[in-house]
Amino acid sequence: MANDNERPIPGASVGEQFQDNARMSMRNVNIFYGEKQAIFDVSLDIGQNQVMAMIGPSGCGKSTFLRSLNRMNDTIEGCRVEGQIAMDGQNLYDEKLDVVELRARVGMVFQKPNPFPKSIYDNVAYGPKIHGLAESRVDLDEMVESSLRKASLWNEVKDRLHQPGTGLSGGQQQRLCIARAIAVNPEVILMDEPCSALDPIATAKIEELIEELSENFTIAIVTHSMQQAARVSHRTAYFHLGRLIEVNPTEQVFTMPEHELTEGYITGRFG
Amino acid sequence: MTESNPSPHRSAPVDHSATIKASLKRRYRAERRFRWYGRAAIAFGLAAVLVLFVDIISKGHGAFKTTHIAVPIHYDLDSLGIDSINDNQQLALANWDALFKSGMRQLLPEASGRSQRRELYRLISNGAGYDLKDRLQANPQLVGQRERIWLLADDDIDTYFKSLRDGEPYTARVSDQQIAWIDQLYASGDIATRWNRNFFTRGDSREPEQAGIWGAVMGSLFTLVITFALSFPIGVAAAIYLEEFAPRNRFTDFIEININNLAAVPSIIFGLLGLAIFINFFQVPRSIPLLGGLVLTLMTLPTIIITSRAAIKAVPPSIREAALGMGASKHQMVLHHVLPLAMPGMLTGAIIGMAQALGETAPLLMIGMVAFIVDIPGGFSDPATVLPVQIFLWADSPERAFVEKTSAAIMVLLAFLIAMNTTAVWIRKRLERRW
Ligand SMILES: Nc1ncnc2c1ncn2[C@@H]1O[C@H](COP(=O)(O)OP(=O)(O)O)[C@@H](O)[C@H]1O
Ligand SMILES: [Mg+2]
Repeated sequence: MANDNERPIPGASVGEQFQDNARMSMRNVNIFYGEKQAIFDVSLDIGQNQVMAMIGPSGCGKSTFLRSLNRMNDTIEGCRVEGQIAMDGQNLYDEKLDVVELRARVGMVFQKPNPFPKSIYDNVAYGPKIHGLAESRVDLDEMVESSLRKASLWNEVKDRLHQPGTGLSGGQQQRLCIARAIAVNPEVILMDEPCSALDPIATAKIEELIEELSENFTIAIVTHSMQQAARVSHRTAYFHLGRLIEVNPTEQVFTMPEHELTEGYITGRFG
Repeated sequence: MTESNPSPHRSAPVDHSATIKASLKRRYRAERRFRWYGRAAIAFGLAAVLVLFVDIISKGHGAFKTTHIAVPIHYDLDSLGIDSINDNQQLALANWDALFKSGMRQLLPEASGRSQRRELYRLISNGAGYDLKDRLQANPQLVGQRERIWLLADDDIDTYFKSLRDGEPYTARVSDQQIAWIDQLYASGDIATRWNRNFFTRGDSREPEQAGIWGAVMGSLFTLVITFALSFPIGVAAAIYLEEFAPRNRFTDFIEININNLAAVPSIIFGLLGLAIFINFFQVPRSIPLLGGLVLTLMTLPTIIITSRAAIKAVPPSIREAALGMGASKHQMVLHHVLPLAMPGMLTGAIIGMAQALGETAPLLMIGMVAFIVDIPGGFSDPATVLPVQIFLWADSPERAFVEKTSAAIMVLLAFLIAMNTTAVWIRKRLERRW
């Protein structure tokens, strides 16, 4: 598919793909939907406590790649992942690896806020409950409170913890989803366009939150907003038609892109 | 841009607005017409229901009261022909009819001669003797006492007495002598229509005045308990498996087509199936609620599976993703999130299925639930009949008194249906309120 394009797309990506303090490392990843290939030969590291932004025109495979990092692609029939995706040296697609355990270590926040139709408290408590992390009710209360605090939502909801999470505003719902994800204390958080359904004020709050969270968590965020990538991330990866074109420190990508496709995208020539 | 050169833009919209205005009128007219079609359809439906209800109630309300005659009774052991009421064998052989017969002679002493007396006794239901036996057994202190007691009149007397009020006396089955006696009793206030308790406490009977609906109500209840207890869990489990776990392949496609087709199979086929499988192969006894429940389960399952699958499909995928993304196993995702959200929809399916099962007659005829059963079933393995079959049986009986019983039984069936659906809707509401 890529070869029909006017511009020849190089097989290899440019930039600093690899990191010394890698939390997750992907090597030669190819992803298929049935016969159709969506990701071509991507190799990339995500460093400890880094915020890695993934940008690119829509349909270029950002979500597909992101979802392979906690094996959410398993739920899609016909989706196949080849290559190596490792966390702390362990291959995620190893048969011995338990996907339930993996998802407790790699949390996910989705494009559309999707709180459970339960109370705010139950939303946040769900992860600790199913993974058996809380030893007592008091323990659980503490976990819920600290997660909501970390998601900067505590002050807004502390008086209505037992009201439905679906009654919150869109931005609050998304922060509730973040609180829910961090309640099990994951090592990595994946976010797939977490602000695309939100207004600018709610977006600003989430961006602020991402910055705070990066102190404790490693974050991979897909975004269609280049400004957002520039504001929140340490490194930026540019995808094009299923290939990783360039990955570099964020300032560099937005000031001196190495690849002409990256430059074309960030200057708005296509997208 | 528009400010700099406004004139060419201004003229164009004027033309448009004229055309739009013209079309608007047409569109609004079409909308009004459409609304009237809808109203007419609803009015027609309501009128049909109203006619049905008025017809049934006007025919059936009479059955809730039945004619009684006040008879002086002397609980005299000598006329019963026994010496103790504590001996069951003696009680069974006692001449109970003698009690009301002598009472009737006392009430209308001018009746003389064998044939006149026989006519006289026929004013009273032939079950009256047993009623007196039950009364004496329950109240042994009545031995030797006298009392005036309202006894059930025979169904022909009942029909005639009630028809007096309509202005067209139905005299085909009463003699002139009996008519004269009834006038006499009416004048003395010894004949009247009274609340028909028997109708709500007894099983079927060959004698219309003694026939009750309670046996069929209990039969329907036991049958539906079995049907619900089997079809709901099995249907929901099948729906969950097919929706959430089954691989998509030819085999599951085949199953799916079959389930959809099963929902359209005429119900009598399920009766034949039940006859072949449950009676002939598994040797389940005929005529019992357990068997009826099994057959109706076969019939109800497709409905419940199909509606449950639709309810599961309607659960937004984002909720599933959220659960899986949190590390819930598939089983937890289904149990914690999909099932609670789909439950109201599943209950709707169950309501529809159970309502169908309650009204079903044909398959039950095939498995012997059409038998004449007097005793009120006390469990799942007692011979029983169900409400629609009872209605069918009464509608088919020649005695005129069964006409109003039939309509009354339909009213009971409707009340049963409404009670069942109200409960289900209430449960569904409670589940929905958890947002
Ligand atoms: N479930 C799926 N089945 C088949 N093809 C898919 C599926 N999801 C995505 N794709 C295809 O994979 C490619 C990448 O999609 P996606 O990862 O969603 O892109 P992005 O998130 O960058 O917009 C697209 O061409 C899309 O059509
Ligand atoms: Mg996407």
